[in-house]
Amino acid sequence: MRGLIKAEVRRLAKRRITRLMVILLVLGLGAIAVAFSLASQKIGPAQIAAAEAEAQRDYEQALQFHQQMVTDCEAAKARGEDITQRFPPDCGKEPPFAPQREQFDSSWHLPYEFHFRDQFGVFISVFAGIVALFGFIVGASYVGAEWHTGGMMNLLLWRPRRLSVLFTKLGVLLGGVLAVTVALGAVWTAVFWLMGKYDGQTGEMTQGAWESFALSGARGAGLVLAVTAVAFGLASVGRHTAMALGVAVGLGVVSEIGIRIALGIAQVRFADRWVLSTYALAWFEKRWELTDWNSCNFTFSGECEPDKFIVTWQQSALVFGVGTAAVLAAAVWLMRSRDIT
Amino acid sequence: MLSGVTAVLEIEGLRKTYRSRRKGARQALDGFDMVVEAGQVHGFLGPNGSGKTTTLRTLLGLIRPNGGRMAILGEEVPARLPEVAGRVGAIVESPQFFPHFSARDTLSLLADAGDVPQVRVTEVLELVGLRDRAKERVKTYSLGMKQRLAVASALLKGPELLILDEPANGLDPGGIREMRDLMRQLSASGMTVVLSSHILGEVQQICDSVTIISLGRRVASGPVAEVLAQHSGGGVVVRLESATDLPVAAQVLVAAGARVDLKPDHLLVTGIEKPAWVTRTLAGRELYVSELAPVTVDLESVFLELTGTAPVAGVHRQVDQSVEVPA
Repeated sequence: MRGLIKAEVRRLAKRRITRLMVILLVLGLGAIAVAFSLASQKIGPAQIAAAEAEAQRDYEQALQFHQQMVTDCEAAKARGEDITQRFPPDCGKEPPFAPQREQFDSSWHLPYEFHFRDQFGVFISVFAGIVALFGFIVGASYVGAEWHTGGMMNLLLWRPRRLSVLFTKLGVLLGGVLAVTVALGAVWTAVFWLMGKYDGQTGEMTQGAWESFALSGARGAGLVLAVTAVAFGLASVGRHTAMALGVAVGLGVVSEIGIRIALGIAQVRFADRWVLSTYALAWFEKRWELTDWNSCNFTFSGECEPDKFIVTWQQSALVFGVGTAAVLAAAVWLMRSRDIT
Repeated sequence: MLSGVTAVLEIEGLRKTYRSRRKGARQALDGFDMVVEAGQVHGFLGPNGSGKTTTLRTLLGLIRPNGGRMAILGEEVPARLPEVAGRVGAIVESPQFFPHFSARDTLSLLADAGDVPQVRVTEVLELVGLRDRAKERVKTYSLGMKQRLAVASALLKGPELLILDEPANGLDPGGIREMRDLMRQLSASGMTVVLSSHILGEVQQICDSVTIISLGRRVASGPVAEVLAQHSGGGVVVRLESATDLPVAAQVLVAAGARVDLKPDHLLVTGIEKPAWVTRTLAGRELYVSELAPVTVDLESVFLELTGTAPVAGVHRQVDQSVEVPA
């Protein structure tokens, strides 16, 4: 068994698509990190002063425009023209038409400053989404190409225990993708922390904050592994990489476009509860709120509160878990029972 | 073990039916039997669609049979196939490999998967003549080179039983001869070789015994010489000094109890005990034999006769179209 595991690890690492996808993954993640690093600037007195000056310039420019408008208005009024269609009452001399200094917030002119504690959670989701795509392509191709090129048949001549071969391949794939996820995830975290430290703010990183990131990372890794396993299962069922890619595209079109349109036409409430991406969002955000803007529940204060539907991460876990299990069960059943011709 | 202490491969009553919603059921194997003795080179012959590849795939656990029993090296398969797989090398149908790996990588990965020492990779590459091209990607290989790689992969385990499906496919004449020599060499070293091939001249030259399959059933089996003898009919070709005497000679021989087929320049006489009887009988009527030769058959003619696949002028035979021969 150790020999088979060793062979599969070597096979996975030797594959061109694996190497290419690792390079693309690193380049893609690197590009995002570099772009944000270049965009982020640490804000100090100089940046605040520059922003204040910019806000003051904007205010003064607005004053000039306003003054010009008042002058034009009064000239038109003196000519006896009807000014009601073109100018505000009293030629807009008073607020809210006259610009006020406090309307020109200097913070608008501050450069983007990355805040590690507040913003890194989003970047964990971005990272997980990109690595999941990597896992999907590598997972589908790994077993799909094996079936398609006859490699699987050759291997079964050496190792006739089919399920042992299938599970070894799946285990090696998931182990490999997890290793890439953990390694790149650690680098990703370090890069963004350094970005916060030198080009932004890290914020107060308490143990709780780190634990929260760790949990988000674990959920992200879980999604990556589930997507990889589904791709592996689909390609194994169809004995071709294209099977997994086809199902993914089909599911994307049906779920994200078809269901949305159909349920929208049927005016089904909370139509997005039937869309897969809602569960992905809930998985990352822990809960995702859907709102029915057509409904109204009056509160004691007389406000109108629309109905809400909450999708929790536990529900997402159930949806993705059952889906993954069903695909893998189909792959296992076919591996056991199919004639390999 | 099913029978016989020296049998390396035994199949009894193997049945396989392919079912398809669109095409319905098709019986690929219909009670097929086969026995291969240890140390032999055994030819496994049959027309396209006769069930050869299905048999080999079923034997190797790739296809599940609907009935029958099989044993390899004394172990019942598929139940004990995992235990015996390490002693069986096989290639089934056309060689298929991952195109972007080199031959060395391909064999090295198989060696790892089968717990075979890596030193065997170099040995088998040398044996099949791929040593100098071992680092090139398989996708750059010709069909013949892929075939050599397939044979190398089957030899990697140092198997006791080697099953080769069309190993000479795509090989050049030199390659075919090398393959023939390799088979002999392997057999001489004690390895049992089962060889499925359509190159019947090759099979006749290198095989000790054959099994012929048609329509999923065994139609002939045994040592090559025996199979040929069984189907030569013990007949003789008779030529006379004057061809005009052939009709008279035919009447004489028929009257004496022989079966005679009158041809334009000779008689084909069967149903006799000894060729000398023909000379004696005809000489008694003053008909003198100028040539008396036993009818010789080759494996090809026996194959065509048994499988009913001999070409007929103006008829386009379809795949699976064979004549049913009584068992």
